[in-house]
Amino acid sequence: MLGTFACLTTLTLLGFGTEVGTTSTPWWALGLALLAAMIFCGLLNVLAERVAYRPLRRAPRLAPLISAIGVSFIFVNIGLFWQGPTPRRFPDLLPQYDFMSQFFGLHTLVRFTFKDLFVLALAIPLMLGLAWVIRNTRMGKAMRAVAQDTEMSLQMGIDVNRVISFTFLLGGVLAGAASLMYGLYNNNTVFTLGFDAGLKAFTAAVLGGIGNVSGAALGGFVLGLLSALTVTYFGGQWENVGVFSLLVIILVFKPTGLLGQALGDRA
Amino acid sequence: MQKRWLSAAAAISALALIVGACGGGGGGGGGATTAKTVKILSSLPMTGASRTQTVEIVNSIQMAIADTKINNVTVQFEALDDATAAKGSWDAAQEAENARKAINDKSVVAYIGTYNSGAAKVSIPLLNQAGLVMVSPANTYPGLTKPGKGESNEPNTYYPNGKRNYARVVPADDLQGAVGAVWAKDLGAKNVYIVHDTELYGKGIADVFRAKAKDIGLTEKGYEGAQKADNYRALANKIKDSGADLVYYGGIVDNNPAVLVKDLKAVAPTIKFMGPDGINCSEFLKQAGPAGEGVYSTFGGVPPEKYTGKSGDWLKAYDAKYQNKSPNAYAIYGYEAAKVVLAAIAKAGDKADDRATVLANVMGTKDYDGVLGKWSFDANGDTTLTQFSGSVAKAGAWAFDKELAVK
Repeated sequence: MLGTFACLTTLTLLGFGTEVGTTSTPWWALGLALLAAMIFCGLLNVLAERVAYRPLRRAPRLAPLISAIGVSFIFVNIGLFWQGPTPRRFPDLLPQYDFMSQFFGLHTLVRFTFKDLFVLALAIPLMLGLAWVIRNTRMGKAMRAVAQDTEMSLQMGIDVNRVISFTFLLGGVLAGAASLMYGLYNNNTVFTLGFDAGLKAFTAAVLGGIGNVSGAALGGFVLGLLSALTVTYFGGQWENVGVFSLLVIILVFKPTGLLGQALGDRA
Repeated sequence: MQKRWLSAAAAISALALIVGACGGGGGGGGGATTAKTVKILSSLPMTGASRTQTVEIVNSIQMAIADTKINNVTVQFEALDDATAAKGSWDAAQEAENARKAINDKSVVAYIGTYNSGAAKVSIPLLNQAGLVMVSPANTYPGLTKPGKGESNEPNTYYPNGKRNYARVVPADDLQGAVGAVWAKDLGAKNVYIVHDTELYGKGIADVFRAKAKDIGLTEKGYEGAQKADNYRALANKIKDSGADLVYYGGIVDNNPAVLVKDLKAVAPTIKFMGPDGINCSEFLKQAGPAGEGVYSTFGGVPPEKYTGKSGDWLKAYDAKYQNKSPNAYAIYGYEAAKVVLAAIAKAGDKADDRATVLANVMGTKDYDGVLGKWSFDANGDTTLTQFSGSVAKAGAWAFDKELAVK
């Protein structure tokens, strides 16, 4: 939510607060907005970790959960103060082009627009990059070690605080990128956006197997396809019923999620 | 450290007690000759997309109170919010809390609200049992007042003590949905697709539209509920595929019809989109942007640019006070609702702080000569006004298109 606001503010400052009168896509402005949102969200996350989580590192597990809820309230109210209580329009700056009908000449219910391509083109490299960082870098190795056993990592000479800070930074940077994709794809944002987005992200993560990057990505795809199919074949009011029924079924029959077993321990 | 916090908290609560006691003392004085203080509360969604409209309604109420001098009576006003940030629109629990707040404050004699019919469903029965009058500037769901127009147990289920305590200054949807269907046909629509936001108001008016559309020979290509969502791409594709030439949306701006319009226009640029008063606000057009151009909407009464006579004077006064030449459709209804309540308080004279007297006076409003014209409340608490108009979105603003007659 704050990420989309950062994008929106950046775009407005650059003179692209609305698409009216804009003839072609201002890629440089989008790039700047992306950078601004990534930096903003990354730093915000690091700050939140420093203020709300680090002092509670040794506290019982419930304490950081409660302070997380507190932080989310603070963020929501910053958003409320920043852009007001009403939903805000996000400029529709991407080309309107449907590959299915305009390129392949297929006039069906299925569409694949430039927007869809844009999201994939940005999201897939980011996901691959994240997987690479976790799997192959020193820091990634340290992250996995801290996740598995914090005490032991400390004894092995890993700077746990630095690793956790970095993890939060990484999460924030990715959220910043996601916010530009969300804004350009859906063309609207509101200060309570994070709640719904968070619920869906959590569902996707559980569906795919929590703590598993490729699982979360797969979960996201399944979730999206399922909700589209439910709307088309059963009607709009059944969307959430379809999605959450599947979640319940998966959790009952495969509690580790779709890809949970394959990778074993939390990555 | 902890001690200092405690003493600060104690000081604050003591202060609150003193202030509270003073407020209560003003309302409690009861003799026939002493001045009385009565209170009016409003309960409207002040958080979320409806805010633009509700702020204008509150402005109007404050203007009405400032305009009206009643001998020996001081009228206080407080605007409550029945929306929560978490929901971004009205919330049933919050509305119930507001109603209870009004009931428990003995100086409150009238409750102006709600904005959403679904919220009215929550507060009417509560206020009914307390004998507190409620006047809505914006509820249009027919079942709240009219027997046989909603569910079989409506409206009696809302009035547990058997006596009506609810009135509205705006014409209801059994008329609005029907004029919408007739207008859709006049616009050349043949195949309609009806979408509602699954709320009491939205589904209610969509059903009225649906019935009338069937009567006058429009083909129904689809009918479904769509809750608030980030995007409606799947639904938009489905509507396009159905071959509909007009989409009727029963619902409120808070539930993202602007997003539906955007997604719909992206796949079917020529499709017509019509909605009721729930989307007739500047906020809808602001969110929809260029996709909002050419959207049709119906609502009770006439738009500000058609205000003449008394309503014209009201508009001038409103503009002078709040620097807004074209307030949204409901601002004037907020003024009228407050005026009716104030007239009832004035008429009550010595009994201005008596809830039952104010209730009887409001419900008995006859031939009231207000800014909306001359009208009465009928036995159900409905206004006798039946005028509707249709607007089209042009260059980011609602422009009056035609007057719609009730057939």
